[in-house]
Amino acid sequence: MIKFFLMVNKQGQTRLSKYYEHVDINKRTILETEVIKSCLSRSSEQCSFVEYKDFKLIYRQYAALFIVVGVNDTENEMAIYEFIHNFVEVLDEYFSRVTFWLILYCERGKNTSWG
Amino acid sequence: MPAVSKGDGMRGLAVFISDIRNCKSKEAEIKRINKELANIRSKFKGDKALDGYSKKKYVCKLLFIFLLGHDIDFGHMEAVNLLSSNKYTEKQIGYLFISVLVNSNSELIRLINNAIKNDLASRNPTFMCLALHCIANVGSREMGEAFAADIPRILVAGDSMDSVKQSAALCLLRLYKASPDLVPMGEWTARVVHLLNDQHMGVVTAAVSLITCLCKKNPDDFKTCISLAVSRLSRIVSSASTDLQDYTYYFVPAPWLSVKLLRLLQCYPPPEDAAVKGRLVECLETVLNKAQEPPKSKKVQHSNAKNAILFETISLIIHYDSEPNLLVRACNQLGQFLQHRETNLRYLALESMCTLASSEFSHEAVKTHIDTVINALKTERDVSVRQRAADLLYAMCDRSNAKQIVSEMLRYLETADYAIREEIVLKVAILAEKYAVDYSWYVDTILNLIRIAGDYVSEEVWYRVLQIVTNRDDVQGYAAKTVFEALQAPACHENMVKVGGYILGEFGNLIAGDPRSSPPVQFSLLHSKFHLCSVATRALLLSTYIKFINLFPETKATIQGVLRAGSQLRNADVELQQRAVEYLTLSSVASTDVLATVLEEMPPFPERESSILAKLKRKKGPGAASALDDGRRDASSNDINGGVEPTPSTVSTPSPSADLLGLRAAPPPAAPQAPAGAGNLLVDVSSDGPVAQPGLGPTPEEAFLSELEPPAPESPMALLADPAPAADPGPEDFGSPIPEADELLNKFVCKNNGVLFENQLLQIGVKSEFRQNLGRMYLFYGNKTSVQFQSFTPTVVHPGDLQTHLAVQTKRVAAQVDGGAQVQQVLNIECLRDFLTPPLLSVRFRYGGAPQSLTLKLPVTINKFFQPTEMAAQDFFQRWKQLSLPQQEAQKIFKATHPMDAEVTKAKLLGFGSALLDNVDPNPENFVGAGIIQTKALQVGCLLRLEPNAQAQMYRLTLRTSKESVSRHLCELLAQQF
Repeated sequence: MIKFFLMVNKQGQTRLSKYYEHVDINKRTILETEVIKSCLSRSSEQCSFVEYKDFKLIYRQYAALFIVVGVNDTENEMAIYEFIHNFVEVLDEYFSRVTFWLILYCERGKNTSWG
Repeated sequence: MPAVSKGDGMRGLAVFISDIRNCKSKEAEIKRINKELANIRSKFKGDKALDGYSKKKYVCKLLFIFLLGHDIDFGHMEAVNLLSSNKYTEKQIGYLFISVLVNSNSELIRLINNAIKNDLASRNPTFMCLALHCIANVGSREMGEAFAADIPRILVAGDSMDSVKQSAALCLLRLYKASPDLVPMGEWTARVVHLLNDQHMGVVTAAVSLITCLCKKNPDDFKTCISLAVSRLSRIVSSASTDLQDYTYYFVPAPWLSVKLLRLLQCYPPPEDAAVKGRLVECLETVLNKAQEPPKSKKVQHSNAKNAILFETISLIIHYDSEPNLLVRACNQLGQFLQHRETNLRYLALESMCTLASSEFSHEAVKTHIDTVINALKTERDVSVRQRAADLLYAMCDRSNAKQIVSEMLRYLETADYAIREEIVLKVAILAEKYAVDYSWYVDTILNLIRIAGDYVSEEVWYRVLQIVTNRDDVQGYAAKTVFEALQAPACHENMVKVGGYILGEFGNLIAGDPRSSPPVQFSLLHSKFHLCSVATRALLLSTYIKFINLFPETKATIQGVLRAGSQLRNADVELQQRAVEYLTLSSVASTDVLATVLEEMPPFPERESSILAKLKRKKGPGAASALDDGRRDASSNDINGGVEPTPSTVSTPSPSADLLGLRAAPPPAAPQAPAGAGNLLVDVSSDGPVAQPGLGPTPEEAFLSELEPPAPESPMALLADPAPAADPGPEDFGSPIPEADELLNKFVCKNNGVLFENQLLQIGVKSEFRQNLGRMYLFYGNKTSVQFQSFTPTVVHPGDLQTHLAVQTKRVAAQVDGGAQVQQVLNIECLRDFLTPPLLSVRFRYGGAPQSLTLKLPVTINKFFQPTEMAAQDFFQRWKQLSLPQQEAQKIFKATHPMDAEVTKAKLLGFGSALLDNVDPNPENFVGAGIIQTKALQVGCLLRLEPNAQAQMYRLTLRTSKESVSRHLCELLAQQF
């Protein structure tokens, strides 16, 4: 079962988050920081599945964007891994005209973050 | 899905967003936002009624401002107004705002709910979907209360559009997960199952998710989904790569739906219907075959999707654990992946193989990959993959390959990542103990562990080696020799000094004959390490020294010199000082005889759960003990094969050796028992950590070693006494009952309801009623964790020939028990003949992937079938006399273990089942009872008399029945109750 879905840039800022289980707003920040850290520190030779506390993280990198999905341990890792790609393809298709990537990367101002 | 259209773009919004983006500073941004808020406020407050478009635009702006992180405290009303618009875009923005910024203002909630109700009833599929999405997004209890009853209706209505059904299924799933009690089960459940047959794949996908969740609580209600899921799966698997159009992903038909269907099937045991099962097996074979076919596309997406299905198929095969052919094929397939260039596949293959290793059908097949796995342990660049390889080696380990695996793990340990060293140490220690054939190998292995990774060798590990050496006299000489050699290394780990100090203090005499290890040499070797060690180790060494004085009188003078030295006698550490003072005095005043008695060799340690294993469990949580116990491999095979009732020889008499590591039983940590009197001081050798009082009360750590009850007579030298049965418990071994089983059983002799068992994971409650020779028992299994139990299989086992005495019919329970949930099992019991041993209840499940099992005694004892009989004094005495043959009587005199309260005693006797007869016994203090034990074959009349002696705190219990064995058994049962 999917517990949360995160989109994060390489600087470690969350661009989009969706939780499927209740997590306190304060705890989310901590969780996101830790989750992002554990994914960003990995090299391309390492596998895309990370054990984190009592659940598993499955992540994929698209250029400077990381998509991380937290799942419980009965979930099919490969299915989620490929689901991330499917999701990206759908976004790309749906938002192509407004250049989806531009929205995600846009660096407005100096220290504001989007979403 | 209506696409974002340019024509509908809100220019004002676009301008506002670009203004914000162009702001150079935070202050400028705040200024711009405040200006906009003022503008919106005035528009909303203005006299002129706003049109829908303007409302939508301003609500959008507010939403954007909110998403930037600013508080919004108005605009809710306008958003609610948008809900009743007939324009999709306006309604959509209204719902969006509500979903993001819902607040619990009761006035608004009423309005929102009203709008949602209208949309649900509108028959406009787009509006209905928007409303359903809003309910799901908010997902609050209030929403559930308002709509949980409506949604099932929409879901199964014949005229609902596909998109609405899809949304309704997912919305219901969301509400059910949030508050299961709000979703009423009913006639719709049967119709939901039929959605699996729906034409629209989206509806099927949503329905599978919903059913998978619902069926965990009510497996029987959804049982029909098995055949529908199988036929749907079969259609997908056998369809051509383009048949499913939109649902084909890179030439793989409906990969995610297939995965979900396979997952749904894992909620149930294999299909009972042969045709369904045949079709399913065909599907599984097709998936395995397809894995061997050349790919239809070179794209990685194609193979990923295919492999996702393959891995889920293998999970299902492992879950069924009944098709040897499929299990072996799965194993071969995973074997190919072990060498795949994709790290992800290697990782997943290692992980899946770990569960395959615990199936009796595929264990051997897994073992053939040992070299590849060892290679992975050495060469993988990713620590998490190496970790999986180590897990798999651990899981595939058995007697045949233990030496190889242990030596490879030891070699790996030298370079292993710090993060996993301690775990590897524990695993090596467990494997070495579990599969040790000769104990010199075991001792070597543990000493190697200390040498290579001393820092990661926890107390439990070196305590354990001491226990084993103490309990096995054939290895003591070897151990002494080996530690002596190990201590000669110029730099040796402090843990080595501890083990060495302890072993030499106990068994140094065994190697004293060799001039190279004569007593003075031993002493000076140990003492050369003394000054570099911590207080705890020094304390241990002082105890070794006093033991040396006993073992080797020739060292007495030297050692007394050491003890007398100012650095000991006036040591700042109170523990060291006290030991030095006491040992010095002891060695000076006590005669050799006294010394020999006080400092005698340690008696064997009582058997208990391996503390190492307990540690591994604690460390890793539930995942740790995985595949440790090959006896559990058949977790579900008995059920699946239609079950040959297992009749393990070890069931009725707990075999200490088979339960070497205490795997099946996790007794609560024994309370430290203070050994009496002065003994404390001397058994205290392994004390570390500060001792609270100078009285040397054992701290919990030292109680571990100092708890020196003499070994229980029934398990002499239980520890590792007989390695053979431990190695190969028959596949049908259900395990011995846990140590407390008898105690737990005793609690239920005089009562029928209560909590039978409880640990950190599981609680088992009992409710039972008996009439004549029949009984019905309800067992309640409560999952105390937040994690789902899987493959949950409680089984009733009849040890020996009990089956001919007692018939127990059980209903199968759901294979999954959700976190926090409780499942109920009904047992119908019929007593055929009188019986002595209760049936066993064996509960197995997987928690966090790790198999768990425990065996209890089912609280069914012969007295449950008592029928109380009232009789007058005269009748009683007449019958009493009739039963005067010596073998008909059983008598026991015993000490009261509970306060002697007449009322409590009465209640217990009544609970035991007999009638209490007043005015029969001339002494009013005494209790007299009578009853008949009802079995199908015969009836046994029973008379009993209980005479309390308050002064002596004793009871005398006399039973007379028409059957010898019954008299004795009842007497034993009842005697334990007072």
